[in-house]
Amino acid sequence: MLKFPIYLDYSATTPVDPRVAQAMIPWLTEHFGNPASRSHAYGWEAEKAVEDAREQVAALVNADPKEIVWTSGATESNNLAIKGAAQFYKGKGKHIITVKTEHKAVLDTFRELERQGFEATYLDVQENGLIDLAAFRDALRPDTVLVSVMFVNNEVGVIQPIAEIGEICREKGITFHVDAAQATGKVDIDLQKLKVDLMSFSAHKTYGPKGIGALYVRRKPRARLEAQMHGGGHERGLRSGTLATHQIVGMGEAFRIAREEMKVENERVRMLRDRLLKGLQDIDATYVNGDLEQRVPHNLNISFAYVEGESMIMAVKDIAVSSGSACTSASLEPSYVLRALGRNDELAHSSIRFSIGRFTTEEEIDYTIDLMHKKIGKLRELSPLWEMVQEGVDLNTVQWAAH
Amino acid sequence: MFAPVYLDWNSTAPLEPAVREAMLPWLGSRFGNASSRHEYGRQARAAVDEARARVAAAVGAHATEVVFTSGGTEANNLFVKGAAGLMKPGLIAISAIEHPCVREPAKQLRRADWTVREIAVDRAGLVKRTDWLAVLAAKPVLVSVMLANNETGVLQDVATLAREAKEAGAWFHTDAVQALGKIGVDFRALGVNAMTLSAHKIGGPLGAGALIVDKRLELAPLLAGGGQERGLRSGTENVAAIVGFGVACELAAARVSGENARLCGLRDTLEAGLAAHGMRIFSAGVPRLPNTVFFAAEGVDGETLVARLDRAGFACASGSACSSANPEPSHTLLAMGVERETARGAVRVSLGRDTQEKHVVDFLACLEQQMSELNNLTAVAVQ
Amino acid sequence: MAYSEKVLDHYENPRNVGAFSKEDEGVGTGMVGAPACGDVMKLQIKVGKDGVIEDAKFKTYGCGSAIASSSLVTEWVKGKTVEQALEIKNTQIAEELALPPVKIHCSILAEDAIKAAVADYKKKHEG
Repeated sequence: MLKFPIYLDYSATTPVDPRVAQAMIPWLTEHFGNPASRSHAYGWEAEKAVEDAREQVAALVNADPKEIVWTSGATESNNLAIKGAAQFYKGKGKHIITVKTEHKAVLDTFRELERQGFEATYLDVQENGLIDLAAFRDALRPDTVLVSVMFVNNEVGVIQPIAEIGEICREKGITFHVDAAQATGKVDIDLQKLKVDLMSFSAHKTYGPKGIGALYVRRKPRARLEAQMHGGGHERGLRSGTLATHQIVGMGEAFRIAREEMKVENERVRMLRDRLLKGLQDIDATYVNGDLEQRVPHNLNISFAYVEGESMIMAVKDIAVSSGSACTSASLEPSYVLRALGRNDELAHSSIRFSIGRFTTEEEIDYTIDLMHKKIGKLRELSPLWEMVQEGVDLNTVQWAAH
Repeated sequence: MFAPVYLDWNSTAPLEPAVREAMLPWLGSRFGNASSRHEYGRQARAAVDEARARVAAAVGAHATEVVFTSGGTEANNLFVKGAAGLMKPGLIAISAIEHPCVREPAKQLRRADWTVREIAVDRAGLVKRTDWLAVLAAKPVLVSVMLANNETGVLQDVATLAREAKEAGAWFHTDAVQALGKIGVDFRALGVNAMTLSAHKIGGPLGAGALIVDKRLELAPLLAGGGQERGLRSGTENVAAIVGFGVACELAAARVSGENARLCGLRDTLEAGLAAHGMRIFSAGVPRLPNTVFFAAEGVDGETLVARLDRAGFACASGSACSSANPEPSHTLLAMGVERETARGAVRVSLGRDTQEKHVVDFLACLEQQMSELNNLTAVAVQ
Repeated sequence: MAYSEKVLDHYENPRNVGAFSKEDEGVGTGMVGAPACGDVMKLQIKVGKDGVIEDAKFKTYGCGSAIASSSLVTEWVKGKTVEQALEIKNTQIAEELALPPVKIHCSILAEDAIKAAVADYKKKHEG
């Protein structure tokens, strides 16, 4: 039985896995203590649960539990890592580097640092969405103190060459931060091997609850950063604030499940994504955005030329998908990520991100393929652009009246 | 698990069953990201909006004045650093008994050329009038005085302080985390520009709080990103916790007056018993929260006593939860001029919705026994 | 984004979708907007000898509100003289469809489409 709308927006957020919810419930009932309470058993058991979860999170990425700092989510982790490291090293240099296709939480934090007197370089990406390592090397300066590159892009799912960037940064003694919110459970992350100093995680993109995330802070060699949230000195002074035990337990369980099941799950997801891709490529004038090889299997981002994005979303309301990233879809601007890939505004506007996950079924994929064929057909019938293209007009030669 | 009688409600309160019920769907089939435009997202957005209205209604504020955060610590940081971030450096005055999550961000402002001044409190823990007037004369830009102290439960006359601070040209913030749900809290009646709330102290979940803020006060966000919460607090909304916070606020507001009277009765019983054992009760005789008793036994180490009480089945605190990893005596008591030795003996008992007369009576009996055992040990040690 | 019932109705069942031959003597064609802005509207009117608009067709590339705005004006212009059609204001369209502030530009575009179609018609008949 299909349940509508069919959820194909796993990159915006994932359902909490029922096993995760089960693990959380006791911490929403009798085990309610404040993990910082040192004087009674309610506090101790909460603290133990927090530490067990820290081990589970560390295990997924092959890190030491002591390297994991809890935050309220990836946005906070990104803010803490970037501002914290930049401010710590500002005496050494004030040049920082990121990529144009990063999440807003990284880009807006960089802009804030620019206002504070840092100089930022925003690297272009190639047409496939990946950064060019030679261009990255060229961007490095003696006063570069921080590089921030996301592991997996939220809109197009491409996987950046984190290992290579890490080698370069380590060689030059530059702090390297990676936003891995979209990567956990989708790509193997081995922090013993990767030369990454700081890495942001989110629970709710990996079947855990919202409102909880973590920052990996390397111990050897030690990554240094200044705290951004001050108070009771929780999390070794790096992040004050009462720890939300149930959410932390949920993140731990979610990451445990990811570690145990990702290999099998990702193969299933890849099979579904490929089925979807094959089905949609039958539609005329469709373009896949981003590299298809260096990409997580969960993501398919396609532009349907000559139909407008928002009306397309309305047309396909039987499926829950995104046009552009979840955080920016309230805006009328076309996706800045797709523009950075060199897509024109029109194709950027008419893109759909299908993101597939743990609970997606073959039946849902087939329904989606069928629906897209029908709806794209209908919208193109309505589209003056499609009409012109059918008549052989080259749209690039048309003088549009600006409004 | 072995379940001691919980007498540490100021540290955190158990989740209300009705709150849990309201939250569970958002950990189940209603999992959307509130920023998504499809049905899943719209449901989440509507739930966040509804919770915002509930929180606002519970504290006499307008829904658009509510900025959800990950908790009280973040809300306090948001006020202190956010307000200062858009102003020319000046004087920030905070009471000498503020929670570390006001004190520490205020200290951070020194690096941005701000001057930080603590407002002294008297021996009972109330803001000292003479010092307050001296602070106002120094023309502070920002002032933060907590409504109820987490350790002593002392209530400041925030309405008066806020009025006077505003007349002196300052923006006034109050940390109302401990007051909410224990006494009536009304943003307009208090006349403050900003107010911090936390969900988990009132039977809501851990992981949610809010800064209620006068929109004339511009804030620089702590978290940059997706632009949620009017750009003041980016990050995917913690829908389940926010929903729980809304319901908890509504419940707390509905029963605050009845609970207040009931807890006052229990507190009087408790304090009468403590006094009979020769305990010193801090801030007795000034307006306090109905649920909080902070006391000390001369010559007894608070940590030791609390540990013994815990083994005997009563969970209470020896200092504020957040700093209890810190062996230093209570900052609040030191600010009140309590001698370090006495302060080290301090024990905080905080009552709540589940606390019954029987618990208080049993606690007093247990305390008496522990005290006599401790006194015997001391006597043995002296011999 | 919550759409009004009327927007949804026009979006689900757009009226007068299609095209007339541009070369036709009585047809005025207006094309406004730009793909880069996210909306392109093509509105065509077929005008009788008496100057009354007998029929109208549209095609729109744009959001639901843009489609609804253009669908609505095809209904409204029919039976009006070209001069009367020019009196249709974007505020009327916005009000009829209960467009939210961020979608007002769709109604402006629809008004512009009428003007452009009428201008094209007049151009054919000027000399």
